[in-house]
Amino acid sequence: MNFDFSDDQQAIKRTAKDLLADRFKFERVRELAEAGSYDDDAWKELRELGWPGIFIEERYGGQGLGVVELVILMEELGYALAPVPFLSNAAAGLMIQAAGSEEQKQRWLPGIASGELRAAAGLVRGDEAKLVPDADEADVIVLCGAEGRRVVERSAADVETVATMDSTRRYARVRANGAGDALEGDHRPGMSGAVLAAAAELTGVAQRAMEMAVQYARDRKQFGRPIGAYQAVSHSCAQMLLETEGARSATYWGAWTADAEPETLELAASMAKAYASDAGWRVCSSSLQVHGGIGFTWEHNLHFFLKRAKVDALLWGSASEHRERVADLSAVGVAAGAPA
Amino acid sequence: MDLTLSPSEAAFRDELRAWLAEHHPGEDPPGDDEAFEHRRDWQRKLFEAGYAGFSWPKEYGGRGATLIEQALFGEEMARAKAPQPVNVLGMVMGGPVVITHGTDEQKDRWLRAILTGEEIWCQGFSEPESGSDLASLKTKAVKSNGEWLVTGQKVWTTYAHKAKWCMLVARTDQDVPKHQGLTYFIMDMEQEEVQVRPLHQITKEPEFNELFIEEARIPDENLVGGVGNGWAVAITTLMNERAGLGAAAAAGVRIGLEELKQLAHERGADEDPVIRQRLAQLTIEVELLRLNSWRGLTQIMKRGVPGPEGSLPKWQWGEINQALTELAVDVLGEEGAYWDSPWTYRLLRSRANSIEGGTTEILKNIIAERVLGLPKLR
Repeated sequence: MNFDFSDDQQAIKRTAKDLLADRFKFERVRELAEAGSYDDDAWKELRELGWPGIFIEERYGGQGLGVVELVILMEELGYALAPVPFLSNAAAGLMIQAAGSEEQKQRWLPGIASGELRAAAGLVRGDEAKLVPDADEADVIVLCGAEGRRVVERSAADVETVATMDSTRRYARVRANGAGDALEGDHRPGMSGAVLAAAAELTGVAQRAMEMAVQYARDRKQFGRPIGAYQAVSHSCAQMLLETEGARSATYWGAWTADAEPETLELAASMAKAYASDAGWRVCSSSLQVHGGIGFTWEHNLHFFLKRAKVDALLWGSASEHRERVADLSAVGVAAGAPA
Repeated sequence: MDLTLSPSEAAFRDELRAWLAEHHPGEDPPGDDEAFEHRRDWQRKLFEAGYAGFSWPKEYGGRGATLIEQALFGEEMARAKAPQPVNVLGMVMGGPVVITHGTDEQKDRWLRAILTGEEIWCQGFSEPESGSDLASLKTKAVKSNGEWLVTGQKVWTTYAHKAKWCMLVARTDQDVPKHQGLTYFIMDMEQEEVQVRPLHQITKEPEFNELFIEEARIPDENLVGGVGNGWAVAITTLMNERAGLGAAAAAGVRIGLEELKQLAHERGADEDPVIRQRLAQLTIEVELLRLNSWRGLTQIMKRGVPGPEGSLPKWQWGEINQALTELAVDVLGEEGAYWDSPWTYRLLRSRANSIEGGTTEILKNIIAERVLGLPKLR
């Protein structure tokens, strides 16, 4: 029993944290968000470091590491709120790696791993995926729904960009209209990996929002004292820690099951996404409350985290949908309608 | 990262599980005295099998168990629904204090009888006017002719009417700041000057007692850790109380959750989407309590000492157990009102979970100040 990262994993975490802190000073994130664009140079750099293919098998051009390493990167990308097209690309890669035929894997994975191709992943409800990150500039889109899974080339799909509240990431609505190839294999490990990547990002976002609240509560003085000395404020911060640590434990455990205990993966992933979706939003909301009026201004950075947390919470299954999945998988009564 | 048990950990768990299956004492018999003796027998069985004082160093009759083994022990005890051995306060708090701060004579005098259950220990810390602000306590000890005379009142003392020894913190100096004027004693309960009165809680049980102490006598050799060091000595025990308890607590609520799911199924409530959401949320939180506890244990093992993170599982556990019993009573509907329903007892008893062993508010203070580094109000 050892619930901690190995030395190599610790090194990945440290490197990622330092690099992202340097490349994504908040002024830079804000500038990109307000322009609605990504940092192409930084993306190129991450590609050169092999990040997009960290979990992809070596024979398809990846680094052959696991979902644990992926969530380590994702948590730090969330903490930095890095405007790069990483998450959706990884989700598509996970899905193809899990459910694709050998031919599909050979066709798409090397490009996804190197970043030469861009991929995106969306959850279909009815005949449309309403919230697909980075679909507009993708080369290939994986669509996953109750009716089945498909890989569709961007050029064959209807892609309509949508403005969401999260201006640090680009989204689109996607319809395949019957185009593309079916993914015939078991997609669930891939979907679970994607869901865990989102939970990891939420954990990083929550960690940053909590740190901002704690720093502000130390610095801001009212009635002659730092507001963090008042229990109404300090207990709110303690609650943030409880929820952030919970999201982190669930995410790390889920990632570990992906690599070591696959029979538990689906349950663990839904637990992590359900908990982290609520925690991410609540921690950011409480952080805003601790900041008071300044936290409600556009000028303050917090709202970018708050919005990312909400959109991530809605992405690839909401907290309620994943809770229903948990009820289902942990043998609560009869299964009702659950997300794919 | 490896969240499976190593071969030796798994072997330890299997051996313990088999032993518990064979030696489980069964439910407490009716009657307080009978239940007490039943649990004393259970203590003796644990002792003879080497499972009492499990975390204590071998030289003092323990097993020198690792934190992982302690956590597994707690998990397995909860899983088997084994009762707490009768001298749990002596093993978790009294013994470790004597081992850490006591003299050789004190160790010889007290340790073995704690493990065998021959001498029961109780805890005299809280007072009617000193709960969370423990260091403000007023019970006074005055030295006179080579012994100490103690006067004051204590409250929440489990098993006081059965105990031979009381871990007592008293004020020995009125003229220094409150934390510096305290001293830790081991007081003999078998004297007229100590009167025990049962305290009936909202479940109607007298689980706790009040102590009325009027010039009780404590010989000088029963003082532990030096005059004026009572606060530091007492804190050792509180840390011991919280470290590593998370895993056992998680195993306990997991059993409660299984019982609740069974109840919901029997009543057909598990098809109700709202109940399903609440059951799923509890399932997640129970799992997180287990995960946070194991993650905390890994950190303690790397660092070597228990830290303030031990406060998180205690807080979580109280919230989970309260939510779990509330949901069970909701599932029962009108029958949830009946006094003789086992869930009524659990609903009411769980109200104390956010108070006993450190209120949730105090735990949040500890986290805010010592983990997050927020300023103190005081």
